[in-house]
Amino acid sequence: MTLTAPAPAAETPRSRRRAPGPFQRMRDSYLRYWYAYAMVAPVVIVLGVLVGYPLARGFYLTLTDANSLNSARTIGVNTIDATYKFIGLDNYAEILWGPAAYDRFWSHFVWTIVWTVTCVVLHYVIGLGLAMLLNQRLRGRVAYRLLLILPWAVPTFVTVFAWRIMLADAGVINTMLGTIGLAEPSWLEDPTWQRTAAIMVNTWCGVPFMMLSLLGGLQSIDENLYEAAEIDGASAWQRFRHVTLPGLSSVSSTVVLLGVIWTFNQFAIIFLLFGNTAPDAQILVTWAYRLGFGQQPRDFAMSAAYGVLLLAILIVFTSFYYRWLKRNDQLA
Amino acid sequence: MTSSPSTSAPRKPQRRRGELGPVARVGTHVTLSVASMIALFPIFWLLYLSLGPDKDDYLHPGGIAAKATLDNYWFVLTNTAFFDWLWSTMVVAGGTTLFGVMSAATTGYAVSRMRFPGNRTLMWVLLLTQAFPIAVLIVPMYEIFSRLGLVDSHFGLILVNCTTIVPYCSWLLKGYFDTIPIELDEAGMMDGLTPFGTFWRLILPLARPGLAVAAFYAFITAFAEVAFASTFLLDDSKYTFAVGLQSFISEHDAQWNLMAATAVLIAIPVTIFFYLVQRHVVTGLTAGGVKG
Repeated sequence: MTLTAPAPAAETPRSRRRAPGPFQRMRDSYLRYWYAYAMVAPVVIVLGVLVGYPLARGFYLTLTDANSLNSARTIGVNTIDATYKFIGLDNYAEILWGPAAYDRFWSHFVWTIVWTVTCVVLHYVIGLGLAMLLNQRLRGRVAYRLLLILPWAVPTFVTVFAWRIMLADAGVINTMLGTIGLAEPSWLEDPTWQRTAAIMVNTWCGVPFMMLSLLGGLQSIDENLYEAAEIDGASAWQRFRHVTLPGLSSVSSTVVLLGVIWTFNQFAIIFLLFGNTAPDAQILVTWAYRLGFGQQPRDFAMSAAYGVLLLAILIVFTSFYYRWLKRNDQLA
Repeated sequence: MTSSPSTSAPRKPQRRRGELGPVARVGTHVTLSVASMIALFPIFWLLYLSLGPDKDDYLHPGGIAAKATLDNYWFVLTNTAFFDWLWSTMVVAGGTTLFGVMSAATTGYAVSRMRFPGNRTLMWVLLLTQAFPIAVLIVPMYEIFSRLGLVDSHFGLILVNCTTIVPYCSWLLKGYFDTIPIELDEAGMMDGLTPFGTFWRLILPLARPGLAVAAFYAFITAFAEVAFASTFLLDDSKYTFAVGLQSFISEHDAQWNLMAATAVLIAIPVTIFFYLVQRHVVTGLTAGGVKG
């Protein structure tokens, strides 16, 4: 009886799992908070200085007309002070409904969404397919697994170069397509093919992570469930639908969220594949970079405003995603 | 119940669960082989092209086999800034790892073991910063750094890399610390250790595998970081590999053979390294998320 009586000061991390003893309550002292704060201090300082301050500064920049011509800069020994001025929300207005809004923001926005959805769907479907094949009793499955994760192991900037060589006009992919009598698209010049190429390369890079994560998820599903389903006469599809997918749901929701965030923010692949040459294949992240660093004069304010908009999109998406997950959990 | 279910199978005459019929087995092998080939091909191709002595060999690769040579490698190692880039990359990746993992470890521990006001907020902030598009930070960082004279310095790049590494490693290590039984901490406290003493003497040594994964992740991420490195490094002797490889195209008149050789030299050590620890990385990556 005395054991079950909850102690009022049970604010310990394990309080959900264990009834707090006197020892635990003793640790709930001012001293413990002190230690906790000392331990998190380095990260809080690092994040505050390296993320918080730049973020605030960046937000301020979006309210100005800062570019590389009016920012503070040093030429030789002379330091020129910044002369940009505060212009309020004009940058956002110009991006979202200014005269060039469709051309510059909305077309990239649509392509970014298409890019993200296509890539994540491909990652997930191919990754799950391969994971299920690897999750069987099969000779050589360890070898297959090692071969299949290769794209993940090699640094992206190296593999993108490999793809660039392969996708060049007379590169090996077009040579192969040519020998079997198909058209030889100019992957790196034509807008539609640029987009196709970008999706292809990103899919190639992203599948191994999905595959490994889902394989881990599959291995954690209790085999007895399958056996029970089989005895009840469930078909392969029914077992997949009612045992495999629900068993994977927690892994899936994590990797899909990570996948969406990573793909949405995927900078390296498009930047390295096309450099500054493909305005139509740029997603919002690379476009923002280009405004700030890939043109003269560098438009710092606009680039930062794009950044803030991107962050807003991601935050909205993540909170809806969480809400959706929660609702589904309650229904299940 | 948790013991292997396959041991109870023999009473059934048909094959055990997860074992395939002949058609399915052949189909699986064919699919996996094709997938493996697709996975391997670009790297294999890079390797192959790196052996061709002429810069246009990629256009008629059939000829390479007959005249394969390691000259490209020799040229890269002796006539380019390869070792400068290697040094830069090691300084940046090593510095990021050291700084990032050290500050992340204590935070991971505190968030895992102690409930203090602000605990949940901190976890949220850590998670949120992982979603930051580089575009949000790159402009203000550039502006701040140019005022502080940190553009074109390795130290500046280390600081920038920490913005992504530190939150991530904190999450990863929190997940790892959660797997260490709290009874150990209690025993440590009983023996008169302070919380910091417990962390330092008991938990940190036990968390070595987790620290290794975090360090590895930090190293690889900093190693392959493109956006900040391309923006903040100006002097080509300070380039990291990620930027150096790009500069090859203009500087050496698109000599794809040399570029391929450089890429292979960069990729091989990292790839081997990666293979050794890949399983742990996946566990760490998803564990952090599942518990959120």
